[in-house]
Amino acid sequence: MTGDGDVIRVALPAHLRTLARVDGEVELKVAGEVTQCSVLDALESRYPMLRGTIRDKQTGKRRAFIRFFACEQDLSHDQPDALLPGAVAAGAEPYLIVGAMAGG
Amino acid sequence: MSGVRVLVGTRKGAFVLSSDGKREQWDVSGPHFAGWEIYHLKGSPADQDRLYASQTSGWFGQVIQRSDDGGVTWEPVGNEFSYQGEAGTHQWYDGTPHPWEFARVWHLEPSLDDPDTVYAGAEDAGLFLSADGGRQWQELPGLRGHKSGPSWQPGAGGMCLHTIILDPSRPGRIFAAISAAGAFRSDDAGETWQPVNRGLRSEGIPDPAAEVGHCVHRLAMHPSQPSVLYMQKHWDVMRSDDAGESWREVSGNLPTDFGFPIDVHAHEPETIYVVPITSDSHHFPPEGKLRVYRSRTGGDEWEPLTKGLPQEHCYVNVLRDAMAVDSLDSCGIYFGTTGGQVYASPDAGDSWAPIVRDLPAVLSVEVQTLP
Repeated sequence: MTGDGDVIRVALPAHLRTLARVDGEVELKVAGEVTQCSVLDALESRYPMLRGTIRDKQTGKRRAFIRFFACEQDLSHDQPDALLPGAVAAGAEPYLIVGAMAGG
Repeated sequence: MSGVRVLVGTRKGAFVLSSDGKREQWDVSGPHFAGWEIYHLKGSPADQDRLYASQTSGWFGQVIQRSDDGGVTWEPVGNEFSYQGEAGTHQWYDGTPHPWEFARVWHLEPSLDDPDTVYAGAEDAGLFLSADGGRQWQELPGLRGHKSGPSWQPGAGGMCLHTIILDPSRPGRIFAAISAAGAFRSDDAGETWQPVNRGLRSEGIPDPAAEVGHCVHRLAMHPSQPSVLYMQKHWDVMRSDDAGESWREVSGNLPTDFGFPIDVHAHEPETIYVVPITSDSHHFPPEGKLRVYRSRTGGDEWEPLTKGLPQEHCYVNVLRDAMAVDSLDSCGIYFGTTGGQVYASPDAGDSWAPIVRDLPAVLSVEVQTLP
């Protein structure tokens, strides 16, 4: 699924909204295929202070206590270059970056 | 009028406590970076408005923050800490080789004369340097690459490089301490390192007098006497008069010689402070009495300082980076507790009062003396 110029909606956890100094959802334009990787690349390009907070800087892998949800599905274990659901690519549904429930 | 700025790192954010030279009335700002662990924040000796902070989270990793206005506003800078070359292995708790993995920055040490130059001590133990105000970090790999590196083991809190001391009289001389590897010295600006642990004895390791493997909790130095080092080891308070070449125990009459911080009076290089803690399995003060101990003789002879400190039912700890001194006359002493109190003494330890009582657990305390 390509972005076709649609705006991708990304919801960040509260601590990362504070770090990026944004309120509410972030809206991004993603060129080409809309995958987890391309969305995160676009997010980190626009908000460089988020680099390393979602994906490990060296390995590019999702940090252990971060989860990716969309359309009521857990996409955390999908391949980074897997296409995101059409509703996310079309901007109808947000791509959720979530701090895992952990720590008691 | 002169004043002080106390920089407090806690489990849930940073706080800046400000006062004039009397140190009686305090302004409290924060939490900055609310909800994040702030392991350490420290100001540049060359620019009182330049501060650096280590902001970490189990969820979101490492962020380094920089302020150019004394902590009013902050900007995230670089957070890429890559071990140079082959990362190699150290020993894990079970004795097996374990790859070096970056976890967090424990300590930030700004250069004595350049606000844009700052050192960072990391877990897993490594020393990093930024020369551009924290935007980019380069490892100084000579320390991690010391031949003893594969034998280093983490302490209970992780294998952290927690102490960095820059010798003001000898450019290029740096002291670093690692739990649980020991103390190290470089005389060439961090290129090469040697362990400086001769005289330490640690009963918890196979060879109590080994070259490395000691759980050094903290080092301290007075800038006027840079060859004299003081050490709070896991157990034992130690002193070196030859820049770490040899150490002797100066625990003297302390009620227990376990503890974490150690610091030196700003104007009296033989006056030192520790906070005795019962033991490594009882991380609270003996008898529930919070006592700072002061030696005016560079160790061996100690006096308890209790005025204004709780003398019953007190079961907090004072962590290794949570004590600092100002350079006013008379010297102010500060420390923070895991119970969230920050105590200040404006009279070199004779009397104490809490600046704040109910912060999150305090991880670090630093002080800036303002003109």
